[in-house]
Amino acid sequence: MPSRAVRLPFLFTLLACPAIALAQTTAANPAPQGPVTQAQIAALQQAVQNAQSAGDNAWMLVSAALVLLMTGPGLALFYGGLVRKKNILGTMMQSFAMMGLVTVIWAVAGYSLAFGHGNAFIGGFEHLFLRGVGLTPNTDYAPTIPEQTYMVYQLMFAIITPALITGAFAERMKFSAMALFLSLWSLLVYCPMAHMVWGVGGLLNAAGGHIPSLDFAGGTVVHVTSGVSALVTCIYLGKRIGYPQTNMPPHSMVLSFIGACLLWVGWFGFNAGSALAASPLATSAFVNTHFAAASAAIGWTIFEWLHNGKPTALGAISGAVAGLVAITPASGFVQPFPALLIGLIAGFFCSFMVFKVKSLFRYDDSLDAFGVHGAGGTLGALLTGLFATRSINAIYGKDVATGAIDGHWGQVLNQLAGAAIAWSIAIVGTLVLLFVVDRVVGLRVSPENEAAGLDLSQHGEEGYDLNS
Amino acid sequence: MLKIEAILQPSKLDAVKDALLEAGIEGMTILEARGHGRQKGHTEFYRGREYTVDLLPKVKIELVILDELKDKAIEAIEGAARTGRIGDGKIFVSRIDEAIRIRNDERGETAL
Repeated sequence: MPSRAVRLPFLFTLLACPAIALAQTTAANPAPQGPVTQAQIAALQQAVQNAQSAGDNAWMLVSAALVLLMTGPGLALFYGGLVRKKNILGTMMQSFAMMGLVTVIWAVAGYSLAFGHGNAFIGGFEHLFLRGVGLTPNTDYAPTIPEQTYMVYQLMFAIITPALITGAFAERMKFSAMALFLSLWSLLVYCPMAHMVWGVGGLLNAAGGHIPSLDFAGGTVVHVTSGVSALVTCIYLGKRIGYPQTNMPPHSMVLSFIGACLLWVGWFGFNAGSALAASPLATSAFVNTHFAAASAAIGWTIFEWLHNGKPTALGAISGAVAGLVAITPASGFVQPFPALLIGLIAGFFCSFMVFKVKSLFRYDDSLDAFGVHGAGGTLGALLTGLFATRSINAIYGKDVATGAIDGHWGQVLNQLAGAAIAWSIAIVGTLVLLFVVDRVVGLRVSPENEAAGLDLSQHGEEGYDLNS
Repeated sequence: MLKIEAILQPSKLDAVKDALLEAGIEGMTILEARGHGRQKGHTEFYRGREYTVDLLPKVKIELVILDELKDKAIEAIEGAARTGRIGDGKIFVSRIDEAIRIRNDERGETAL
């Protein structure tokens, strides 16, 4: 019991509060004497709207920052730790290069091609150099936030998507070739796919497209396109010298661990931010994202424990990423326990893809960009069709079935179509670009440079000079 | 003058250093090394693939001492480093032709 010296003043303050509150009302804000005017109502409505916008914009700006964090340093560390020491800087530079290059490309033309008005496959040039993209909302996409917030949020997605592909050709692609290839890729593959799924009039847009497909945060747009492109690239480029006979273990699981955790946290911006508002839907997506990451980490760990006898840190973090990938399209459409299930399935499925399928077909997908993103994204797209429910997101209308568990089994077919289109555009686009870039610049480093490492050969630097 | 090279388990370094100091031997060079004798390595897992790591971390101590101290040095090292299991390490002894103190160009046994 607090001492008397404290109790008395405390009680006095408590009793005085109502009196002070009343005094505030009568002194500062006199109650309206006559009928409330239209002007006052309009002013109040505007204030409410401004408050909503402020909340939405705050969350969206934070989300955009979180998604950028996923690339730098999340992905840079995750991939960086997995490669051999001599390639750490080269690997991180690939992600960082995207942060620079894609930003400029997006500002000049990318945003317009993805989100401008065009046709079912690609946008137009109305927003070239961000013309018309100001601080008022674009009601086509996000009615409560400035369009520049929307633009910069989408930019962070455009940055990370090509960065994901770098995992497949790790340790053997020239920096110049990578910069050219991925810059063109973001225009030729990412922008059309983003337009088809999210752009006004897009073929796969859930709101009015010919084949409405559900992709809340980019399962097909980001993960399938990058993952399949990764597979094509690693096959085109060929295996690393010495693979698979030579051991090429990660040089720093510590860095990869840190990167993976940054990815997990950043993913809240990736998925929950895709609600484009600080809304209950964002909450749904946030919860689903976290649940799927956790259950997928468990799933992969169990598979590995049974398969190899020990649960590795690499397996656990890879599992978490697989779950995050799979829940990406579903995050704003499903209930929490289906999200848990989606994660668990992704953990098992992706570990199977990496442990068994990769060694069966013998492609050197160095950092498992296809096994986790391509396969996980495709799986996630299909499971979204299964578990999407109007009780979370009535995207087709208040009483209209969303996914299979609502009764709309056709949605699964639409998801399949969306995934198939993503696979096609990724394969064709990537092959064309690889062919062109190989002729212009040459894709692969020379064997001597591959042996010396990317850090020295491409950048004239050493990642670690611990004796200096 | 003799050179003693001892390849040891890293965990035994402190015990061996203390034992040598107690035996009156003060100068030594410590190197980090990797290697193996008959000791098998261990297996690690990377994304489902198993591989053997057979270059194991070791510590190497180099001493240059007067001939008379040879038995004392070997006794100190063996006593501190022996566990009875494979992987304990090895000691090599060789002759040294010349020893020089850089500071003042002292030569021979007084340079040790």
